[in-house]
Amino acid sequence: MTFKQRSILPGFGLTLGFTLTYLSLIVLIPLSATFLKASSLSWAAFWHIVTSPRALASYRLTFGASLIAALINLFFGMLLAWVLVRYNFPGKKIFDSMVDLPFALPTAVAGIALTTIYSTHGWVGRYLDSIGIKAAYSPLGVVIALTFIGLPFVVRTVQPVLEDLDKEMEEAAASLGANRWQTFSRVILPSVAPAALTGFTMAFARAIGEYGSVVFISGNMPMKTEITPLLIITKLEQYDYAGATAIAVVMLVFSFTMLLAINLLQKWSSRHHHSGGTPEVVEGEALHAPVYAEA
Amino acid sequence: MAASISLHLIGSAQLAARARVATSESRLVRWTLIFVAFLFLVFFLFMPLAIVFTSALSKGLSTYFAAFREPDALSAIRLTLLAAGIAVPLNLIFGIAASWAIAKFDFLGKSLLVTLIDLPFSVSPVVSGLIYVLLFGLQGLLGPWLAAHDIKIIFAVPGIVLATIFVTFPFVARELIPLIQAQGIEEEEAALTLGASGWQTFWRVTLPNIKWGLLYGVILCNARAMGEFGAVSVVSGHIRGRTNTMPLHIEILYNEYQFQAAFAVASLLALLALVTLIAKSAVEWKAKQENSQPHGRDLTPDHQGFLL
Repeated sequence: MTFKQRSILPGFGLTLGFTLTYLSLIVLIPLSATFLKASSLSWAAFWHIVTSPRALASYRLTFGASLIAALINLFFGMLLAWVLVRYNFPGKKIFDSMVDLPFALPTAVAGIALTTIYSTHGWVGRYLDSIGIKAAYSPLGVVIALTFIGLPFVVRTVQPVLEDLDKEMEEAAASLGANRWQTFSRVILPSVAPAALTGFTMAFARAIGEYGSVVFISGNMPMKTEITPLLIITKLEQYDYAGATAIAVVMLVFSFTMLLAINLLQKWSSRHHHSGGTPEVVEGEALHAPVYAEA
Repeated sequence: MAASISLHLIGSAQLAARARVATSESRLVRWTLIFVAFLFLVFFLFMPLAIVFTSALSKGLSTYFAAFREPDALSAIRLTLLAAGIAVPLNLIFGIAASWAIAKFDFLGKSLLVTLIDLPFSVSPVVSGLIYVLLFGLQGLLGPWLAAHDIKIIFAVPGIVLATIFVTFPFVARELIPLIQAQGIEEEEAALTLGASGWQTFWRVTLPNIKWGLLYGVILCNARAMGEFGAVSVVSGHIRGRTNTMPLHIEILYNEYQFQAAFAVASLLALLALVTLIAKSAVEWKAKQENSQPHGRDLTPDHQGFLL
């Protein structure tokens, strides 16, 4: 097999060459420099840093809060996608475009806005405070910020699948005697599950690395409300480059694993999506054929 | 005859109504779901947006505008514009080159290349900044050499530009690859056989076909470039008036309890976000309109362009 298939289009060498050069300079070389730097640490020293109690506490908070936020987004994301695809109501278009706000709004802006709303004198925080719930400057605050930044993922992965979902499948289920809930849980839910899972994983991965929106609302107390990215910054500010690098390597390895998982999920999801759709159409046509014959 | 037809019509209307009942929810369920979705959006989207503007304007318009006349704020705005002004065009050129190579040709290792282009999306912003500190910082691999030649990258403007380029790296490429792939290569082949040069083919055939997707990618890239906080925070060194971008300036003001001023600067970035969302809807609408023409292909920008 040759490296490249023949084509009469020009510019392959130029564009691929530029792409590889730019990719190496901006992404690959700096990333590998980090691993090179980490390799100057002995294994024992590396292990000591990444399993220190403070690092472990930060992983627990980061992973725990990200998981809860992603689960909240899984539920509300499916609900939002459902409402936006299936129902008509005033202001629907505005709702739909607003879903992308967390992608467009800078994280620092989101951070100070959420902190102001959920702190003890804020619009929502004062009511939570009166029933004894401390939202800002607590792990709950971290969950709130991570829910905000992960909000669009599940909506945007599930929405196109719901739009393409064939109504005939639901009609078939209903005509076979299924009630609405059974149709939803046995027909609709399995069709959107792969897309929802992809969105969930994306929201989770994004939340793990998030920094800007969290630092304002978390209060940043070591062992209590210190997320892993903040721990890296703290170590940098103390000129502890080895420590920062070691923790960064843990985060990078995790990021790469998630990237791989998301790629596999997307492949599975699109295969599921298409194989779920195509035979259904064929069956529909087969059903129609005898009717026409009788007429 | 007529009676049987009308009977038939009534029957089918009833059937349709029954089918609608069987494949949709009761009015109560429907409005409950809409209401819950609405509440969720109010708490997580509308309130944060509203508080930015109400806090920014809490002390009146003159105080609001005073926040932008401050020299530190002005220099932060200038630096943000500069960083985005360098990062966006570079990533635009990269995006066009990468999508041309990837979408128009078949070669070994193509899917690996696509995954590598996505890498910056999956890296934490803090780590994105750190990798440049470890490369160009005083303790970094190239640090001693740079110091000997009196070149400053970290805690200076070049570091901020680099970090911005890194975090916005995949945007344009990601947007263009599926678009160009969907187009195929027949039109370009036709142009070339008719004697057009490579550049002419690109400018007159490819570019008009992808212009909306391209614009969309640039808008996203720019929004992220101007709003980036974590990565820039690590490489900036927070030198007031010199290495502070708008998001970093907001952080400083906020930590100094100058809430109104912090929200005033934040309101500019929130406006940028709203403009981005409006532009996104406009581009989607425009692309859809062109698609509805008989020979149009589906070149609607991908809903998931923002995603990983």
